[in-house]
Amino acid sequence: MTESLKLTVDERDDGLAVVYTDGYINNQGGEEIAATAYRLIDAGHRKLLLNLAETKIVNSIGISILIEIIEKMLEIDGQLSFCCLTPTIAKTFHIMGLAQYAQIHETEEEALAALT
Amino acid sequence: MQPVTLTLPMITDMELTASHTAGALGRQIGMASDQIDEIKQAVVEACINAFEHSGAIRREVVVQLDVLGTDDAPEGMRISVRDFGTGFNLDRARNPRGERLVDLKRGHGLRIIEGLMDEIHIESDGGGTTVVMTKLR
Repeated sequence: MTESLKLTVDERDDGLAVVYTDGYINNQGGEEIAATAYRLIDAGHRKLLLNLAETKIVNSIGISILIEIIEKMLEIDGQLSFCCLTPTIAKTFHIMGLAQYAQIHETEEEALAALT
Repeated sequence: MQPVTLTLPMITDMELTASHTAGALGRQIGMASDQIDEIKQAVVEACINAFEHSGAIRREVVVQLDVLGTDDAPEGMRISVRDFGTGFNLDRARNPRGERLVDLKRGHGLRIIEGLMDEIHIESDGGGTTVVMTKLR
């Protein structure tokens, strides 16, 4: 049995969508986030916020998939930001170099203010 | 406290079993929650590295968790993750030059472990790889 990731999406009117994750971001979870992100891009969203408040652990394969989403967003002049990371996940993102290409905010309010 | 030893099959999410066990031991010896989270993350990466990149025919890893110090005054935790794969080139993993993909991929996880733990020691040869990680209180 796998520990599945749950995703909730809030599609807003201003080209922004917020994706809420709940669970472990491994390869399978990363692929689910990517599929959701690409669907949102196809629907016209150019700004995505990933709220990781309910994610307590990630792995490097999942992070590699998140980096692929960032690369896709950069190709279309879009933006992917993150918020509500645990201190350990934030530290891990910095170690993996993800923080060089995506903004990381402490709160959703702060992230939304920066994206809109 | 006696060491805790887990023999885990290389199947999906089994890394979480090792991670949860390390977390429970960390709580038992009164480590700070941020330290416990860092240990859990590092254990996940060490297991994932073994699962994904060891090239092992024997599809299991042995995880051993040791409390450092005494029961009355624990000083930290040492975790070793052993696989029985083909080994890898540590220098190439740390300084990837694109020569062997296995070394490049190993490098991501090792960087995370090095960034989260206080000490890391790796032994790798044709009989497998052992990653020994230490976090002090």
